[in-house]
Amino acid sequence: MAQAALAPAASSPDPMARDMVTADGVPLKTSLKRAERRRKITAFLLVAPLLAFILITFIIPIGQMMWRSVDNPVIVAVLPQTMETLSDWNGEDLPGEETYAALVADLATAQENRSVGQLAIRLNYELSGARSLVAGLARGADELEAPFREAVIDDNRRWGEMQIWTILKREGRPYTTAHYVSAIDMQYNAEGELVRQPSTQRVYVQLFLRTLALSVAITCTTLLLGYPIAFLLASLPMRTSNLLMIFVLLPFWTSLLVRTTAWIVLLQQQGVINELLVWSGIISNSGRLPMIHNAVGTIIAMTHVLLPFMVLPLYSVMKGISPSYMRAARSLGANNWTAFWKVYVPLTVPGIGAGAILVFIISIGYYITPALVGGQSGQMISNLIAFHMQNSLNWGLAAALGTILLTGVLILYWVYNRIVGIDNVKLG
Amino acid sequence: MLATVAICPDMVILGLKQRLSGHEAKDNRGTVEFMVSVSNGADEPGFVRFQNVQKSYDGEVLVVKNLNLDIAQGEFLTMLGPSGSGKTTCLMMLAGFESATHGEIRLKGERIDNVPPHKRDIGMVFQNYALFPHMTVAENLAFPLKVRSKPKAEITARVKRALDMVKLGQLGNRMPAQLSGGQQQRVAVARALVFEPTLVLMDEPLGALDKNLREQMQYEIKHIHDDLGVTVVYVTHDQSEALTMSNRIAVFEDGVIQQLAAPADLYERPDNAFVASFIGENNKLAGKVEAMNGKSCAVRLTDGSLVQALPVNVAGTGEKTTLSLRPERVRIAPPEGLANSFDARVEELIYLGDHIRTRVSVCGNPDFIIKVPNAARNDQLAAGETVRVGWAAEDCRALDA
Repeated sequence: MAQAALAPAASSPDPMARDMVTADGVPLKTSLKRAERRRKITAFLLVAPLLAFILITFIIPIGQMMWRSVDNPVIVAVLPQTMETLSDWNGEDLPGEETYAALVADLATAQENRSVGQLAIRLNYELSGARSLVAGLARGADELEAPFREAVIDDNRRWGEMQIWTILKREGRPYTTAHYVSAIDMQYNAEGELVRQPSTQRVYVQLFLRTLALSVAITCTTLLLGYPIAFLLASLPMRTSNLLMIFVLLPFWTSLLVRTTAWIVLLQQQGVINELLVWSGIISNSGRLPMIHNAVGTIIAMTHVLLPFMVLPLYSVMKGISPSYMRAARSLGANNWTAFWKVYVPLTVPGIGAGAILVFIISIGYYITPALVGGQSGQMISNLIAFHMQNSLNWGLAAALGTILLTGVLILYWVYNRIVGIDNVKLG
Repeated sequence: MLATVAICPDMVILGLKQRLSGHEAKDNRGTVEFMVSVSNGADEPGFVRFQNVQKSYDGEVLVVKNLNLDIAQGEFLTMLGPSGSGKTTCLMMLAGFESATHGEIRLKGERIDNVPPHKRDIGMVFQNYALFPHMTVAENLAFPLKVRSKPKAEITARVKRALDMVKLGQLGNRMPAQLSGGQQQRVAVARALVFEPTLVLMDEPLGALDKNLREQMQYEIKHIHDDLGVTVVYVTHDQSEALTMSNRIAVFEDGVIQQLAAPADLYERPDNAFVASFIGENNKLAGKVEAMNGKSCAVRLTDGSLVQALPVNVAGTGEKTTLSLRPERVRIAPPEGLANSFDARVEELIYLGDHIRTRVSVCGNPDFIIKVPNAARNDQLAAGETVRVGWAAEDCRALDA
């Protein structure tokens, strides 16, 4: 009987369910689906506004940013004929007359519709001095006469060098990796090979590493400071712990700028702490501690800002740990320290995990506090991204840096998930 | 059980050590000490002794009032009482998680007031088991041995034996959350025993289990106790649990031990009205002592009827008293010559299978319960009819008012 029933089951997933019908003869599955549909639609409608909001304000901009990091429209748009003639260039000798002629023609057109500036800026990212090279040639482009090759090289000798042509050939495509190349402190040398930047010009890798180091440091300090506070909060009676919780949450209630400015007042060379230390004779007047406008300032101020993000998950986890675990450990012969270390701390791992990942991910992209108190050595990658967005207007590079940061965070998240397990993380 | 311990204590101890550690106990200190305690007989202080212990949390109310209690080695003693009666506080003081406000607690004759919990060598089973959720069952059992820095081979062997003892041999690698309530309970018991503690405390360990499992676990814990001969102090508010398992029961109420006795004594011969009503079902009749004559007394009830009773806890003539009478000791249609015999009106009949719970109105008490066995001759009762009921004088105990 069982064998017979099993045979058709192999072809259709569940023969029983297929045969089941409701009282009025409608198949049970259809009926169930109909009954569930309304509930599903209601559930979807409830989340739909948030979904739309996130899609429009978050997912799409991130997608745009990632697209911008490889988007490269300028050269193709401004030098269409040049790029066409370069397509079958062998890349070993200087290009022929027709390419120079196309270049002059393209630049003359560009000069007319005022797109030379974009091209000059774009090429200048690849080759310093390219801006004047292009702009200079474009200015007199419509007066040049054949043979164009000699005329162009005559205008600027660098048009007779391989480098500019290699760059044009490489970057003359609608998509580019150039921004990523600069974002990891690499460049193409005159031969078009990928090499590291000269050491004086390496910025980003070091900054990425520093951002990572500062974030780890901030995560550690918030954990060290937050763990005892959370422990105290969880073990005190409700009334006292509520009062203390207000102090922990106080940073949330004051403006970020006010808090950061307060740290400047406290930590600067002529600030409250230095004055107190000098006054009490612990340090001499000339030996005032540099505690702000450097990495130390960034760590101190950001630890303060991010402490609640560590304390809250820790507190919620600790609150749920029954005191009988510690009692059991002690009755089984463990002293206070062993009971704490072997039983209590492992039970708080979900809280540590949640707090650490929150603080780390927030701090890795933090902008305003390092900008205000970070000085030179306390800058983080986000400050440079902002610089490229607002000052140098190299959005492609900013987007590449941002994408690398995002990818890095996702990789760390993945690693974290493999080691700690994200289902092991408890936020409240 | 108590008798066994008194007759051959060293055999029991060796039996325990062999079972748990698998080799002969090398130090005979414990045995010698016990021989001393046996030779001194009744004068020797108990294995566990509470002396004038008082406890207050707020400095205003005494939770435990002047507790004196001796517990013998190998005994299964239950502290029974309603919640808030001070029984758990006593257990926590013994375990070292609470300190006594006054008085002293001795274990094996030594004061332990200032000994921290982890040095008391007392195993404890908690209400919600308190199995460490981040460790496997085997790691949980190994924990007390690891903190005592036992050799690895010995730990493995002992954990295995302890798991076998509670019939969970295959489940060592499971996490506690993967076990059923009863299995977790067994692990908790095994963990409290695996390091051969001098004393095991159990704080309402079966409270979270359903009824059938609870009864099964009662027997299992009882058997483990019988096999190992370990001293157990057990706290519960469930009287049937206490009656099933204990050698002696201390009934707590209002921070005072109301009665300390063996289960049968407690049920048959309660000392006061609280114990009588807390242990088992009980009919109460209020009245005044009219005459005392040696082994019986005459009590005039509030409705005027006169009852012959056994004076247990009454001072003398004219005193107020509560008569306590077990429902199964009341007979319907009593034979001639029984000391007490009254007319009763049947109010209600509740069919309970093996017996019929009959509520009658007698001697001015409308809630008088009689358990009528479900035998062929007893099925003629009907609500509203009047029957003759009676009981012996010695079954009717005159207790405090």
